[in-house]
This record gives sequence, structure tokens and C-alpha cells, in this order.
Amino acid sequence: MQFVKDLFNFLSSPAIFFTLVIVLFFVALRTRRLWTDRVGTVALVAVVVYFVVSFFDPNFKKVVTAPDNVPIVGMLFLIGFFAWFSLKQAYENDDRMARGEPPAEKLETDEKVWCWPDLVYTELIALLVASIVLLVWAILIEAPLEEPASITVAPNPSKAPWYFLGLQEMLVYFDPWLAGVVFPSLIILGLMALPYIDTNPKGNGYYTFRERAREIALFLFGFLVLWVFMIMTGTFLRGPNWNFFGPYEYWDPHKLVPLNNINFSEFIWVRWLGTGLPQQWLAREIFGILVVLAYFLALPPLLARRWLNDIHRKMGAARYAVGIVLILSMIALPIKMYLRWIFNLKYIIAIPEFFFNI
Amino acid sequence: MPNVREWLNSLKQKFAPKEGQPPVPKRVRDYIGGSQIWRSFLRHGLPKTDRIRALVVLSNVLLHLHPVKIRRSGVKLRYTWCMGGLTFFLFLVETVTGLLLMFYYRPTLEYAYVDIVELREQVPLGVMRELHRWGAHAMVITVWLHMFRVFMTGSYKPPREFNWNVGVVLLVLTLLLSFTGYLLPWDQLAIWAITVGTNMARATPLLGHEGPGSQLLALGDVKLIHAGSDARFALLGGRFVGAGALLRFYVLHCVGIPLVAATLMAIHFWRVRKDGGISGPL
Ligand code: HEM
Ligand code: HEM
Repeated sequence: MQFVKDLFNFLSSPAIFFTLVIVLFFVALRTRRLWTDRVGTVALVAVVVYFVVSFFDPNFKKVVTAPDNVPIVGMLFLIGFFAWFSLKQAYENDDRMARGEPPAEKLETDEKVWCWPDLVYTELIALLVASIVLLVWAILIEAPLEEPASITVAPNPSKAPWYFLGLQEMLVYFDPWLAGVVFPSLIILGLMALPYIDTNPKGNGYYTFRERAREIALFLFGFLVLWVFMIMTGTFLRGPNWNFFGPYEYWDPHKLVPLNNINFSEFIWVRWLGTGLPQQWLAREIFGILVVLAYFLALPPLLARRWLNDIHRKMGAARYAVGIVLILSMIALPIKMYLRWIFNLKYIIAIPEFFFNI
Repeated sequence: MPNVREWLNSLKQKFAPKEGQPPVPKRVRDYIGGSQIWRSFLRHGLPKTDRIRALVVLSNVLLHLHPVKIRRSGVKLRYTWCMGGLTFFLFLVETVTGLLLMFYYRPTLEYAYVDIVELREQVPLGVMRELHRWGAHAMVITVWLHMFRVFMTGSYKPPREFNWNVGVVLLVLTLLLSFTGYLLPWDQLAIWAITVGTNMARATPLLGHEGPGSQLLALGDVKLIHAGSDARFALLGGRFVGAGALLRFYVLHCVGIPLVAATLMAIHFWRVRKDGGISGPL
């Protein structure tokens, strides 16, 4: 038993878990056979069994049953279910369209039903079910209330409200000005820009995967992996001092994790050139600055010329420019995560003189 | 004993349908349905004919949100997952329970925590705080799922781009509502979550005193952006999460954001109609 627990603790350490999730995500998305009733049921049973069995572990139980964490467990099930449910419908529609039939929704668009009773009764039932669920939940689980607020005694760990834990998790890899300000703004801007960037006229008003595979892959990668998965990590796997703790590990406040992260400038000047860091910040950071500029300014045209030729042509220059910068910003997060895990890289550009660290 | 039975029998005879008369339930219904009170509230009979079905929806303020007839695909659970509607329902729950909580809760350092304790200990059968807190969590989840559904059906594509944008703002407002509410119980959980959250504002580019570029905003040697004038200070009404922050968050939480959100929801629903109802394949 202990061996299995240790294995799971090991597998859920950030670098490994994240890699597993990414691989699973892209493989699963393209595998038609997974999106059926049978596989869905098996997956559901497997996850439920996992939770039930793990419940016997006191450390697991403690984190999962914290009152504020209960909804997050519920959310994981809901999001898993709806991801499966929408992809199942999408793939079924794809099959239909491959056979030359219209999507399933089409069969029902020409027929009109009365608002009363068809819609109103559905709403009434939904309202009743929702009320009952909420009432039962409210009766069973008391809202948490801790010690009165004290500005001098900080709890360890101090966590933001759960829906922002993805951003707090990002703080491990980026400074607050990026993780807390720039990235959230870009997420909002990106969502708002989405209808104007995505010019694919297909797949409007019905579930489909094949007709919008690229858009769906990108959006779901952002939503499921970079948002929901990061929240899950921040909630369940981060303990005192924001250290990583496996699901069956005791949250020991004295756990020591060696920190020996190095800046890009040190890699270049100290390790490769062997000269020591220059005094002047521009000279010191020039390579990092060049790398970042290249990433955002040189990479997009290169991609447009080489691999994304057709997309670039279809979208036009303006749409392509906005879209690619948003996408590159999104991908910057996993890139930085891997650089940290593989090279212990701290900052690509580090100019603490101006609070400007990337 | 026989008396009671006799009396019941007499009652039965009295109300037994006479020749050519409709049965009792129908007579009661007709009586109530025909009364002036009933007809002033609901201007039609039971929805038995198509004409009345249309009238029900057209003559009722709440129901007129809906069109009289809808494409079948639009009412399918498996299409919309009901998530937009559930989000709206939860918003209403939050408004009602939040209003009730306002009766008990005072947003000052002296009272905030005590009031919550009192609420827990003194109010019989009190689940209002639970309903409000879990409803808030649920609303955040349903609004995400709603966005997820709208994305998966491609319903942000023309002509619904604008409504998607209204939705994104609603999403942000929902998170802000939940964030501002989180501070109000004024316990350790609350104050430190908000401290962690608002610490980010310190690092706002240009406008935070630890943000890149904030040094540029200076007049000669005088810094314009410092701990007492930056974005975080504006948010908290102070240098740390204290009385000023509590009051600000309370006002925003109970009045400011709900008003804006309710207005945007009205626009959101109106747009759904104007964009041709729930999306479907062309
Ligand atoms: C018009 C609408 C609303 C009013 C008048 C209102 C009012 C209040 C009041 C007076 C409190 C303090 C009592 C307490 O902390 O238990 C509170 C707490 C809270 N509110 Fe609201 N609220 C409203 C809407 C919302 C919405 C839409 C959300 C979420 C999306 C929300 C989330 C919260 C949260 C998370 C708390 C802390 C709950 C707790 O731990 O007790 N509120 N609200
Ligand atoms: C407080 C938040 C929100 C409420 C109460 C709300 C409510 C609703 C409702 C009731 C509908 C009708 C269809 C359905 O239930 O799916 C709807 C449709 C829609 N919503 Fe929202 N919504 C909210 C947030 C959002 C967000 C965050 C987005 C997107 C980012 C969004 C985008 C849309 C779009 C594009 C439609 C039209 C869908 C179609 O025609 O198929 N909404 N909304």
C-alpha cells in the first residue's frame, strides 16, 4: 500500500503530473474511441473508486474534505463529465457528417415547440433540482469560519480564493506583475478577442470536433490544462510555504526544498563565457532581452512564412498578429515551467532595479 | 359517530353534480378563474389552447424573456446544459440570501467577525450563510461551464460575438463578486486570501509601487507612485487590508457590482433573443 501511495505522490509532483496531463490531453483529444458511453462510464467509475479508496488515507481526506475544497472536487467531476459529454456529441456529429448526414441538432432546428410547457417546465425542474442540491449542501456542510482576522499572524500556506489558485500557482514561475496582472488581463482580452480572431465559419451552433480541431485544442488546452489543472495543483498539492505535497503526504511546515535557481544572465556570462556578470543592467541582460524579443517579434513572421502559412493567409495580418501574440503568451507559461524544471532557470530577464523580471 | 357520517353524506349530496352540471373541481376552478382578482393577475385561463399558450408567455413580464415558440434544439438539455439559466438562478439566490445577511452584518472591524459568529450561534435554523457561500462557489463553477458550453457549440461566432463579450465581462464580475464577498467574514481565511490576492496590485506595471516602470512616474525626485498612492492603495483604501478595505469591499459587493452585473445580464438576455435565440445549425 505504502508503495502505491509513494508512487502516486511521486507521479503527482508538478513536472511529472503536468507532463502526463499534457500528453494525455493531446492523445485523448484525437482518439475517437475514447468518447463513447462505455469509456465514459469506466472513467467515471475509476475516478470514483480512486477517491473512495484514497479516502482511507488521513492526509488525502483532510485536504479533500476541507469545506472550501468540497466544491472544487465537485467541479473536477463536473468539468470532466462535460468535457466528455461535449466531445462525445462532437464526435458523433462528425461521424454523421462523414456519412453525409446533418449534425443531430439540425434534425431539431426546423421544428418549433411551445415555450409553455416545453421550456417552462424544464426550467421549473432545473430550478427545483438546483434548489434541493444547494439546500442539502448548505445543511450538510457548515461554512468555514476561522480565528478572527489578524494582520500580524499569517497562516501558512496563505491561499487566495480557490478560483485564483491557478494564478497563485503561476507565481512559482513568474513574478507578480506577470502572473497577477499581465496574464489575467491577457486572459480576459484573449477571451474577448476570440470571436474576432477565429474566422472559421464552420461549427456554429452544433457540437463538432473535426471542423474546428485547432480552435478546440487550443481553447481546451488553456481551459483544462492551464486553468483547471493549475487550480487543482494549487488547491490540493500545495502546502506550507507553497511547497509541493503529494496527495498522501503530510503537510509538514518544515519540509525543506532546496532552491538553487539561476538567471539566464548567469548561464551566459558566468557559465559559458566565464567572465562574470557585467555591472550595467542592459549589458548584463542583453541576451535575455534578445530572446524575449525574438520570441514575440521574430517568431510570428517566421511561423507565418513556414508552418502557419495557410492560417496566416486566411486570417489576414491584423488578426494573425493579435492571435499569435496571445497564443505565444499562453504557451510562454508551460515553456517557463519546463525551463525551471530542467535547467533551474529563474529569470530570463532579471532587472530587479526596475522590478522587471521575466 | 353516525352523525358525522350523515353530515358527510349530506355534504356529498349537496355538492354532487346536478343534471347537466360540471363536476365540483371544475366548478371551483371556474369560480376562481373567473374572479376579478384572478383575471387581474393572470389575464388568461389555463394554457390549454395554443392561443392561451402564446398569451401566457406574452402577457407575463418574467416569461416574456422567452419567445413564444422555440426551436426544439434550443430547449435540449444536452445542448445548453442549462448552465446559463443555472448561473442566473444562482445569482438570484445570492441576491436574496445576501440581502438577508445584510440585516445581520455590519462591515466594521469591531462588528464584522462578531456578527458572523452571532449569526452562527443565535439565528435558528440558519443556513443563509451556507447558502450564500456555497451558492457563490457554485455560481463560479456554473459560469465557467456555461462559457465552456458556448465555446464547444461555437456560439460565439457571428452574430453572437458581442454577446460573448458581454459574457466575458459577466464572468469577470462574477469572480469579483466572489472575491469581494470572501473578505466579509473577516476571519483569518478571509483577510489572508484577500491579502494574497491584492498583493498582486502592488506589481501593476506603472501603477504599482513594485511594478515595472513605476519609477518613471516621478516629478524630479518626487515619486508619484509609492505604497500610499499605488493601485493597491486605491483598491484597499489603505496600505494593508483593514477597515478601509472592508468597507470598500462591502459596498462594492452588496451594491456596486450586483447593479452592474444585473444590468449586463438584462443586456445579455436581450441579446440572446435579438441574435435569433439559442444558436443552432443553419
Ligand atoms: C445582490 C447581491 C448580494 C448581496 C446583497 C450580498 C451580500 C453579502 C453579505 C452581506 C455578505 C457578508 C456575510 C457573510 O460573509 O456571510 C456576503 C458574503 C459573501 N458573498 Fe455576497 N452578496 C451578494 C451577491 C453575491 C454573489 C453574486 C456572490 C458570488 C458570485 C457572492 C459571494 C459572497 C461570498 C463568497 C461571501 C462570503 C461568504 C461567507 O463566508 O460567509 N455574493 N454577501
Ligand atoms: C453571470 C453570468 C452569465 C449568465 C447569468 C448568463 C446567462 C445566459 C443564458 C441564460 C443564456 C441562454 C442559453 C444558455 O443557457 O446557455 C446565455 C447564452 C449565452 N451566453 Fe451567457 N451568461 C453568463 C455568462 C456568460 C459568459 C461568461 C459567456 C462567455 C464568455 C457567455 C456567453 C453567452 C453566449 C454567446 C450566449 C448565446 C449562446 C447561444 O445562442 O447558444 N455568457 N447566457
